[in-house]
Amino acid sequence: MARIPMWRRYARLFGADPRADVDDELQFHLQAKTDDLIAQGLKPETARREAERQFGDIRAVRQTGRQLGREHEQTRQRREYWLECIQDVRYALRTLRKDRSFAIVAVLILGLGIAANTAVFSIVNTVLLRPLPFPDAHQLAWLASGKKLNARLVQAAGLSAVTYRVSAYEEFQRHNQSFESVASYNPFFGNSEYTLTGRGEPQPIDGVMVSENFFQTLRVQPAHGRLFRHEECQKGGPPAVLLSDAFWQRQFAGDPAIVGQAIILSNQPATVVGILPPTFDFGSVFSPGLKIDVYVPAVMDVLRNWGNTLALVGRLKPGVSVAQAQAEADVLFPRLKSAHQDWWTDYSSTIIGLKEFVTGKLRRSLLVLWSAVGLILLIVCVNLSNLLIARAVKRSKEFAVRSALGAGRARLFRQWLAESLILASAGAILGVVLAWALTIYLARQGSIVLPLLIHVRVDAAALGWTLAITILITLLFGFVPALKLTAGNLQDCLKDSGQGVSAGRQHQRLRSGMVIAEVALACVLLAGAGLLLRSFLNVLAVDLGFEPSHAATIKIDYDDGNNPARRGPILEEILRRIHSIPGIEAAGVTDMLPLGRNRSWGFSAKGKSYAKDEILSATVRIVTPGYLEAMGMRLRSGRDFSWRDSTKSEHVVIVNQAAARRFWPGEDPVGRISFVDGADTRVIGVISDVREHSLETSAGPEIYLPVTQAGPEGGELVIRTKLPPEVLAATVMKALRSLNPNQPAATLQPLRQIVDRSVSPRRFFVLLVSSFAALGLILASLGIYGVISYTVARQTQEIGIRMALGATARLVQFGILSKALRLALAGMALGTIASFVAAQWIASLLFGAEPADPATFAAIVLLLTAVALLAGYLPARRAARIEPMIALRNA
Amino acid sequence: MSSDKTPLDLVRGTLDVLILKALVWGPLHGYAITGLIRRQTDDALLVEEGTLYPALWRLESKGLVEAEWGLSENNRKAKFYRLTSDGRRHLRQETRTWEAYAAAVAKVLGASQPPVEGEG
Repeated sequence: MARIPMWRRYARLFGADPRADVDDELQFHLQAKTDDLIAQGLKPETARREAERQFGDIRAVRQTGRQLGREHEQTRQRREYWLECIQDVRYALRTLRKDRSFAIVAVLILGLGIAANTAVFSIVNTVLLRPLPFPDAHQLAWLASGKKLNARLVQAAGLSAVTYRVSAYEEFQRHNQSFESVASYNPFFGNSEYTLTGRGEPQPIDGVMVSENFFQTLRVQPAHGRLFRHEECQKGGPPAVLLSDAFWQRQFAGDPAIVGQAIILSNQPATVVGILPPTFDFGSVFSPGLKIDVYVPAVMDVLRNWGNTLALVGRLKPGVSVAQAQAEADVLFPRLKSAHQDWWTDYSSTIIGLKEFVTGKLRRSLLVLWSAVGLILLIVCVNLSNLLIARAVKRSKEFAVRSALGAGRARLFRQWLAESLILASAGAILGVVLAWALTIYLARQGSIVLPLLIHVRVDAAALGWTLAITILITLLFGFVPALKLTAGNLQDCLKDSGQGVSAGRQHQRLRSGMVIAEVALACVLLAGAGLLLRSFLNVLAVDLGFEPSHAATIKIDYDDGNNPARRGPILEEILRRIHSIPGIEAAGVTDMLPLGRNRSWGFSAKGKSYAKDEILSATVRIVTPGYLEAMGMRLRSGRDFSWRDSTKSEHVVIVNQAAARRFWPGEDPVGRISFVDGADTRVIGVISDVREHSLETSAGPEIYLPVTQAGPEGGELVIRTKLPPEVLAATVMKALRSLNPNQPAATLQPLRQIVDRSVSPRRFFVLLVSSFAALGLILASLGIYGVISYTVARQTQEIGIRMALGATARLVQFGILSKALRLALAGMALGTIASFVAAQWIASLLFGAEPADPATFAAIVLLLTAVALLAGYLPARRAARIEPMIALRNA
Repeated sequence: MSSDKTPLDLVRGTLDVLILKALVWGPLHGYAITGLIRRQTDDALLVEEGTLYPALWRLESKGLVEAEWGLSENNRKAKFYRLTSDGRRHLRQETRTWEAYAAAVAKVLGASQPPVEGEG
């Protein structure tokens, strides 16, 4: 075979042509054959015909040939494309390896940005976007009574103002047309605290009473065993209990054989009838931060006379909207009231979707968080674009050479995108790993009082989101420099030595603009974080009305047989023993600590007349003598309780200042008679207001009653001591066990913890937003540093000349610093304007701080200026140390 | 080109092996391959020209042969096929299979007495 001569190769100058190849090949065959036949003696015309005859169906063969040729060509092209891609990737990896510090910085920046976004998306998705973890969760609705009552009073009255009495629940359940079923539970969880005995050390158990149809309404199926039977929910029925998955795992090592056995709860045996699935966590939906161990039937005939005891959750009939249910309830409750003269209110209700009830209050905070990470993402993009443009400028000659050697623009573009894609993928992988670790950590934070947090994880949706933002940022940070790079004039690039020419200046302007944008975005983040941080500090600085440091608390159990006459001596003896422990300065017992559970009773001043629909109630805490001192509460006037205040003596009450103001305006209530649940009671003291519901709401009327004259729900021992609780725990437990062997193994926790728990949602958000702001600040300073460094590097010769002509190092340094400062100031100006707008949006999340808080904004300006100066200082120092002779010689 | 012998039809699949074998001696164009096979079998096997080309092209797609344009003996532009290393390997394997097959068939057809185990 002879090689084809050069000129004949031009036949395929415009790319492969499989059709022509087939034709040519077959043509050659026929010709060769014809030649042979002629050589054998046939006439030319006959020879040609004979050749065609012998060949057979040439058209079919040609058809097959074209088909095969086309396929072959496609495979070849595909293979070539992939080979080129592999080539691009290999090349990109090689160049990135050469510029290792750039690659590491870029991947870190991307990783942190993506981690923040993925983690926050996982939280937002779980809490806001995904339906609640129940089948057909959209049908579930929450009912809160107290619709007609004054909102502030409802808040002051706490749970009692939004719950229902048994007859209201039963009547509504019977008469309404909107709900498939209405279920209830008792949200006064103190009623269902037990001590588990007979299974090793006595354990404190948190339970909740639920109505017979509670799990059916939520459509929760037990993982083992069954739900409650009708007779188990009746008075005198067989006692039954359902276990939560967590408790079952912890206490019974996940052994299904426990189903059907009896366990002893506070001296009463109850049969374990079933185990709930791990996906059902009562606390995470209905009462964030609460861990429920057992579920017991709410026996309506027992609760009937306890007042408002039930929280309601209903499942709407298919096709019925919340608004329709609301409209029906608005008519139904007043009608029911007319048949029940014993109701003190008509239980007019506000109905909202259960999802809205669980997460509604968090919506704004989560959206703020989401926006914050969005800003981070923007800053990340701008920062990377900036880094890549600097790199593109550095490599413009390389690209010009490659383009001169025949690389097409598309190929260069693709190669550049390959580099971006590699960086982005590495960043995404790092980000997902970080986010995954973060969400696992968060889901295990039992101390953060946020709903649904245990369900947070990086799931398919979060991964999809990550993929989407990764592609988006690749396009954003990869495209701009790529366009810039490939649109450049080849000739200019090759000639341009990169100094003082217009193209260089253009790059510089673009980069400066980007830095200004970065600073502005960081400014907005800082403003948000600053305002939230200030609010958080304001919350912490609030006067609680008690002294949380140097105090600790433990749940105690004692058996008084529900006899108030026996209760006094028992508690007095407990406190005497505790007092005798060295290091304990004061001790007392309450049934409910502040910032936790609450309940309210009817309360008013005797001898005054009130309007018919006024709320006459106060939050009630039932305490022992010494409790006020142990808590560090301040008695304004009058006296504390004493053990002489007994069942037989006059009934007494201590009120807070809010109650004094409300019921005895302008008077001293000490010595006056009040009605507590209808009984005459003498006011013996006034204490400073205590933040009882949360740190952020001021107290409503609150009264304290002695344990000897009222029935407490459970007991919390509070001790005041300078010693750390761990040191005392064993001694205190020994003292408690010596009096009651069934004292559960509860932990002695610092009082500070209940305050921390109460502020945990705010701390959670502040911590996240502040970290994001810090990240934004670092990125912005990196941006300033990059641009200024680049300027210095580019102007080395110019600076050298100026210094040779007499400019001092100081002057040079000043010039560079002022450039950094100009960028920062421009960014801050823009950022401050944007921040004012953003601050209005988060105004409702602030506490004790105006959206335009001057101190916060001043601090931000100072901080950003300082950071800009620092970022500018390093390159400025480098510029000042330029040796004029060396700089000029290198020109 | 008349012949008094009746040419044998090709057993299915053998055409590929024959093409590969033909290319062992060096690159050839399609027409030369038909000639070579005919001459080596002393005209016993008839390679239909209409089936040769599709077979060649398929071998090319499979990567067993590769093609390049070159000039024929009388200076015409022709497509030359050459064995790839994959093609060589394939040929060796097919040859072994064929030999084993032919030997087995030959053994049966050449037998002069029934197999021993046949009589119980």
